[in-house]
Amino acid sequence: MPLFIAKIAVTFALLSAFIPPLLAHWPRLSKLLAFTLLGLAGLSALVAGGMALLHPHPLHETLPVGLPWLHAQIQLDPLAGFFLVIVGLVTAVIACYGPGYSREFESAEQPLAPLTIFSGLFVTSMFLLLLTADAFSFMFSWELMSVSSYFLVSYQHHKVENRSAAFLYLLMAQVGGLCILLGYGVLAGFGTDFSFTAMAAAQLSSGWQTIAFLLAFVGFGMKAGIVPLHVWLPQAHPVAPSHISALMSGVMLKVAIYGFIRFTYDLLGEIHWTWGVLALIIGAASALLGVLYALMQHDLKRLLAYHSVENIGIIYIGLGLSMIFAGTGHPALAALGLVAALYHCLNHALFKSLLFLGAGAILQQSRQHDMEQMGGLIRRMPVTASCFLIGCISISALPPFNGFVSEWLTFQAALQGSVLESGVLGSLIPVAAAALALTGALAAACFVKVFGVVFLGLPRNPVAEQAHEVTFGMQFAQIILAACCLLFGVLPTWTIGALTSISQSLLGEGLPEASAHGWLWLTPVAPETASYGAPMVLLGLLLAWLLAWLWFHPQRRRLPMRRGAAWDCGFGTLNARTQYTATAFSMPIRRIFGPVWPIKEQLVAATSKHPQRYLLQIGDWAWQKIYLPLGSLVLSAAKRTAMIQGGNIRVYLAYSFFTLIFILWVLV
Amino acid sequence: MNGWLLAIVQTGVFIAAAPLFSGWVKWVKCKLQNRRGAPPWQPYRDLNKLFGKEIVLARNASPIFRIAPYIVFSVTAVACSVVPLLAVGLPTSALADVIVLVGLFALGRFFLSLAGMDIGTAFGGMGSSREVTISSLAEPAMLLAVFTLAMSVSSTNLSSMISTLLQRPFHLYPSFIFAAMGLVLVALAETGRIPVDNPATHLELTMIHEAMILEYCGRHLALMEWGAMLKLMLYAVLLVNLFLPWGVALTFAPAALLFATLILTVKLLLLGLALAIAETGLAKMRLFRVPQLLGLAFILSLLGMLSHIILEVR
Repeated sequence: MPLFIAKIAVTFALLSAFIPPLLAHWPRLSKLLAFTLLGLAGLSALVAGGMALLHPHPLHETLPVGLPWLHAQIQLDPLAGFFLVIVGLVTAVIACYGPGYSREFESAEQPLAPLTIFSGLFVTSMFLLLLTADAFSFMFSWELMSVSSYFLVSYQHHKVENRSAAFLYLLMAQVGGLCILLGYGVLAGFGTDFSFTAMAAAQLSSGWQTIAFLLAFVGFGMKAGIVPLHVWLPQAHPVAPSHISALMSGVMLKVAIYGFIRFTYDLLGEIHWTWGVLALIIGAASALLGVLYALMQHDLKRLLAYHSVENIGIIYIGLGLSMIFAGTGHPALAALGLVAALYHCLNHALFKSLLFLGAGAILQQSRQHDMEQMGGLIRRMPVTASCFLIGCISISALPPFNGFVSEWLTFQAALQGSVLESGVLGSLIPVAAAALALTGALAAACFVKVFGVVFLGLPRNPVAEQAHEVTFGMQFAQIILAACCLLFGVLPTWTIGALTSISQSLLGEGLPEASAHGWLWLTPVAPETASYGAPMVLLGLLLAWLLAWLWFHPQRRRLPMRRGAAWDCGFGTLNARTQYTATAFSMPIRRIFGPVWPIKEQLVAATSKHPQRYLLQIGDWAWQKIYLPLGSLVLSAAKRTAMIQGGNIRVYLAYSFFTLIFILWVLV
Repeated sequence: MNGWLLAIVQTGVFIAAAPLFSGWVKWVKCKLQNRRGAPPWQPYRDLNKLFGKEIVLARNASPIFRIAPYIVFSVTAVACSVVPLLAVGLPTSALADVIVLVGLFALGRFFLSLAGMDIGTAFGGMGSSREVTISSLAEPAMLLAVFTLAMSVSSTNLSSMISTLLQRPFHLYPSFIFAAMGLVLVALAETGRIPVDNPATHLELTMIHEAMILEYCGRHLALMEWGAMLKLMLYAVLLVNLFLPWGVALTFAPAALLFATLILTVKLLLLGLALAIAETGLAKMRLFRVPQLLGLAFILSLLGMLSHIILEVR
């Protein structure tokens, strides 16, 4: 049954790609139809995934498509079901948001059809990817996903930065895809055929296992955006249409995590603890560098993209802990780490999509990417502001919202590191936990900056002053996601109960203690070790608020509330230029962590035309130290190779002749 | 039921006693500086005066500005219900462990700094910027310090941490000493005391907490001030009850509770004295020296953790 619904979801997604462009003469109808079909696809995926998660019986089927000796195999197990829920939920929400948001593209010279076609294909490919059970169809869906999202990034291709970002994205997606292909190749080489069951049964030597793991780590990590493979993210996310950014950042990165979990936990067999150490170190580095780079950004969507690097890092910390525990023979703790990582996948999908949708709403209204041009939007766009605030609190990992729960679980997993015999591991894990703590605190700092600069204070730009609230559909989408953020933060035990079926199937161990004390208390290890009563905390907060408010309410005190001018130190009226900017806000952090960024700071002296100006450029070390040298290396190698191509037919004939002789010599 | 009642009473005592602790520190400081000084109960008078005053809101103040004082106060109040003051084993202590406590502090701070940004004055933005910078360095140090304790007693629940410490024979653990030193430095930074921030001054270019709440008046200001006093008391109780847990009641018997109250009072009076002496003897640091202080706190906590892993495990 769930498999049937999943097939319906795929069908709907495919229909949403191909039916609406046929109705190009009726643009409104075509747009409505496209997003309705996409929404139906999302909802059916949500239902199918939910059923697979709650009634865990892995379902297999062989479809009569594909190569004659290699029919496509599909399966739906709890792991795939969980990720199907994530993709489906966000897709359904995007479908509410899309019609309002894509209004601005209608008037542009660029037709809407490519956006519809490739969004549909993108969602289809993600559904297919989660359902496939053989390497061939997996790679097919993977490439479809990369290519369709390439076209979405380059949708507004008249802009130079869109084209270059899309090219970089495609390039890295292809390199990553190649690594994954080789990884599957190693597995298939030892197994009998390309199906996942055959690969899981394959017997690999531990050296080949590590090679396969490294290939998958690089391949999936490139798509997920771990440091230093993250450079495409901050380029591609800001230029794609905002609801596509939400899909790419909130969902596609998770699909890469799915691939990684499937490959490592399901197909590779025995997990080695050194892989966990690698994942832990890379994860901690991604989390910390992601948030530090995000702090220095002023482009709202680029900032959010760097935060995806951070959150993927947090997920990898959870996975790393889980793999270390699994490799050293502590399956129960491995389950804790895995559940923490999976929960963070869900949470990140929710709040990152919410923030990207909010950013899209702001973008549509203020027509600005730059935060320094916004300000005071809370009064013009109250619903968007409230939802964005919830997103900010959730991503900053503050209780009682959802981001906190998964970080708390990760901390709890890290604190169990003392069960390990090795002293080096025992001290590495707490240091990773400290990096996680620093990450959380810096993320909070970053989102105080974002919300304060964008929504509070005085408008810095006349356009920002003219902004008004977005359409109902766009508001509705944000409200749904904001409500989910609160819901998954306050009622974590139910989600964890559902997630244990995944750890049960992958590690053979659930988390029986986590929800043993009712839905009020989350106790991952034991009640006396750690407990978190999220509903009670929320209740306590509301109660304390209510008491304070009743006690000091104006009616009780009979005191009016007067409005007046803000205090300006007696210097005359305040204006938008006197308030703190985003650059100024992050200056102390820039000074403290100075060497983390390549910074170019410049003061341009005043001329008759311009006042004195302060120019600040913040780059990315990964780009400057790895990619630029690599790029020039490739370029010079290409130039060297080009020398053999002289354009002279006689030289080419000579090449053919010598090649022929060489082949004859080898053969005879 | 008895436990819940005691928990509510304890939270009430916590909230009610916080201004007295601040007043005590101020009074001792005045004595040390040869000033006459207001009596220790002066903060109650101040709060009462502020609650009676009308509110003047800036014209462009958003709802965030108005809800922030309530959020700051209620978050701190919930934190008070979690930290064991007189007795352990209260039902509220299962609400949140020490990581959640740090999260609750961060939530309050989030809204405090948003309120600073809300009006759009340069002072507010400056205060918020400094606050989030300092706290983002202090928070990991604090978590690392409490992780050291948590790993030693294998629990992050404050109540079971304290009761485990009380029930096992006394040893001088090196990790505890390092963690305590780290946590003291964090507490100074987080509660805005000298050498990080000066709670007694206004309109200085170095101020942090006061800069954020400069636009507040009336009951909003009172709630903010009370929240700050609560936070000081929270850190004080955390320090004395985690590192010197003797006296905390293990049962709900009246005699034990009375004894606990007595011991706690003495401990807090002594801690207040030490704080006043330190604040009199030290000068405020330059803002960009503060990261070094917090780096020291972080290193101390890390040393504590490593010494626990290397020396104390097995």
